[in-house]
Amino acid sequence: MHSLLLTYTVAGMVTGCLYALTAAGLVVTYQTSGIFNFAHGAIGMFMAFTYWQLTERWDVPWPLSMLLVLLVLAPLLGAFVERAFVRPLYGASLSVTLVVTLGLLLLLLGVADALWPNTVTREMPSIFPGQVRIFGLAVTHYEIMVLIVSIAVAVGLRLLFTRTRIGITMRAVVDDRDLTARAGASPIRTAQLSWALGASLAALAGILIAPLQHLDQLNLTLLVIDGYAAAMVGRLKSLPLTVAGALLLGLVYNYSVGYLPNDVLSWWSPVIPMALLFVVVLVLKPAQLQRARVAVRRQRRTMALVPSLLTGGLFVAASWVISGHLSPGNVITFGQGLVLGIVMLSLVLMAGYGGQVSLAQMTFAGFGAFCMGKIAGGHSIVGLVAAMVLPALVGGVLAALVLRLRGLYLALATLAFAYAMESLFFNHFLGYGGILSVGRLGLTSQRGFLLEVAVIFAALAVGVLALRRGPFGRRLKAMNDSEAACASLGMSVTATKVAAFVIGCGIAGLGGALYGGWQGEVGPNDFAMLQSLILLLIVTLGGIDTVTGAFAAALFFALRPIIESHLPFSNGTFILVGLGAVSVGQNPGGIAGQLGDAIDRVRSLGHERRPAEEVRLAGH
Amino acid sequence: MPDTEAPALEVWNLHAGYGAIEVLHGVDLTVPKGSVFALMGPNGAGKTTLLNVCAGIVPAAKGCVHVDGMHVNGVAPEVFARAGLCSIPEGRGTFPNLTVRENLRVFTHASPHSLEEVEEIAFARFPRLRDRSSQLAGTLSGGERQMLAMARAFVSEPAVLLLDEISMGLAPIIVGDLYDQVQQLAADGIAILLVEQFAAAALRVADYAAVMRHGRIEVLGEPADVAGALSGSYLGAPA
Repeated sequence: MHSLLLTYTVAGMVTGCLYALTAAGLVVTYQTSGIFNFAHGAIGMFMAFTYWQLTERWDVPWPLSMLLVLLVLAPLLGAFVERAFVRPLYGASLSVTLVVTLGLLLLLLGVADALWPNTVTREMPSIFPGQVRIFGLAVTHYEIMVLIVSIAVAVGLRLLFTRTRIGITMRAVVDDRDLTARAGASPIRTAQLSWALGASLAALAGILIAPLQHLDQLNLTLLVIDGYAAAMVGRLKSLPLTVAGALLLGLVYNYSVGYLPNDVLSWWSPVIPMALLFVVVLVLKPAQLQRARVAVRRQRRTMALVPSLLTGGLFVAASWVISGHLSPGNVITFGQGLVLGIVMLSLVLMAGYGGQVSLAQMTFAGFGAFCMGKIAGGHSIVGLVAAMVLPALVGGVLAALVLRLRGLYLALATLAFAYAMESLFFNHFLGYGGILSVGRLGLTSQRGFLLEVAVIFAALAVGVLALRRGPFGRRLKAMNDSEAACASLGMSVTATKVAAFVIGCGIAGLGGALYGGWQGEVGPNDFAMLQSLILLLIVTLGGIDTVTGAFAAALFFALRPIIESHLPFSNGTFILVGLGAVSVGQNPGGIAGQLGDAIDRVRSLGHERRPAEEVRLAGH
Repeated sequence: MPDTEAPALEVWNLHAGYGAIEVLHGVDLTVPKGSVFALMGPNGAGKTTLLNVCAGIVPAAKGCVHVDGMHVNGVAPEVFARAGLCSIPEGRGTFPNLTVRENLRVFTHASPHSLEEVEEIAFARFPRLRDRSSQLAGTLSGGERQMLAMARAFVSEPAVLLLDEISMGLAPIIVGDLYDQVQQLAADGIAILLVEQFAAAALRVADYAAVMRHGRIEVLGEPADVAGALSGSYLGAPA
């Protein structure tokens, strides 16, 4: 027993070191650019694959490949990412920075998938095979190497940040960007350098984590994401606390692997890091992260009731007419777009209006599909009602749990929730073989059900617009701008936030039930965390703060298979959506925003521009 | 082209603002080499904006800024700083989470001196900083923080120095000391443009003074002349 404990302790330290390497890179980039890089794990994955390509395919000796990847390729990628995607984000709102880095994650996944198709199994070669015995304990060379590299990196970073001018300047940028410029150092160059350093650390973590299992794009990305919990322990700020958190996580993980009974473990082991992330985010008092950044955008007029009813009716009629001319295959994709459009409407309400960015909307849709499919044969009104009520309740409870979280922390908590539900719930409870059949209520023919879905989409869109125009919509918008200001006016932020989650998750559940009905059968993959990410990115591309945006996103979803059939590579969704999302920094309003701007421009033609003099006098 | 006869800092018909809101509506002023120009006026007059445009932090919408006779609109602030324009913003001229020594290390970016020389200059000017050298700047007293901020003006040996309300929140005796240092810097040939609410302290060392209101310069002249017009400007009487 004694030696067993020791074995798990050593394994825990090694896992902890890997978490620490990941988290350190994340903290470095977050600290100097103020942007949480969700793509950190994907960068590590991509670089690990690059390293594999160099050593295994092109027979470059491993030390050379290592130097090439860590000192040349990864820093170049990091610097490029900073220049191309991150630089327009300084001063942007948090949801935009979130979408851009999530888009980058998806883009890298897609590109890695296209370059290294998953048709063959790849193994990362071990650099130093073999093991030694230390005090009677078998320790692999790999484990020793991880420990040594981690200590070296920790010492190196410590020296960099306290002993060198460039490292101190990086910390200065965090303190005060403007003052750093006034003192003669370029904040932009400094941030770029820290992104290069962060990418290099991500690559190192990726390469070291890779030998633990088969090389797989998604798994490796997620393994690196596990380190986020450690970064949260250090509140994205303190490197020593991050390392301590990482070691603790590693130990907890390995002790539970060692001592939990097998049947419990098979459920829990993949969830442990994410569960810890959830707990850490909830328990730790969020440090004062950033000065509030309010990105002021032009107020758009919300459509009034009568025009929105007319547009809705027109949309239903058009759907009916168009569906008569579509091939059966195209009807399927069109309907799929529409049902997902309903889930996206929930995001417009929660994230677009209320600023509550949820990375778990497909999870709630999954709960809806589950209720619909499990209750009374899969096609009863009771099931449909339950499909709205249960997700709404779960959403309400989640909202109450994450009440004091905002922005990034909320996003991370919902991400952890989505991932945990994927492993704990959807992988076990959907049905035999993970497949659940879901029936339809009302019109059951293909075209009839499409009409039904179109009517529901239009009704919900009109409803969401009505909410936006009313007092609840104003409260949502106000909460989005400043929770503190709302509270000081006597408005209950708690009630508003919980209500937003309840309504949003109810809509998502309804969308999920219809999604199930439309597909006939659903599996765990339909409600995976990644699907929620894709959904959020697509609706942001459409324009997350308008109903029109959700509609544009639904159309994109419907047209996607047609676009993809013209692309020369597999997994085009990831690449397309990723590419779109990384460009959101230039255009936060999405397609709907562009459209609105264009309409405004046409309207303003012929009107005299307001002279500057008048603007000035108005201030007096 | 550098021009030996040109004033150190010249602002000509400057318009600037934030987004659609214009704050400066055409400002002209000239600061000759080795002189101190004190800019006063009520809150919201555009004084800080004017300094920030001169430092390259806020872009000019119209008009121009000349430093040493060179047109410098649109130059990045860090390039400015390395070219000899030192600007110290109001109340936050130091990095609070860096130690005094680390602050000085960052100041070396715009300084012709090595780190050792920089420390020597700063500690000779402000001996109290030596005792505080490994303390975080955020934990210093207000006066010590302002000394550290002022130390940057000494170590970077600029041609032009922009100072924004260095008296902010400090005891009068410390303000007096700081203005002695300002006078010393001017004697070394540095052109200084300073914004100040503490009129008596600023006018004591100034060669020229001006009062700004509503984004325009309303009164310009010798310190003694401007002092008389000052209260009227603050209280809103027609100038």
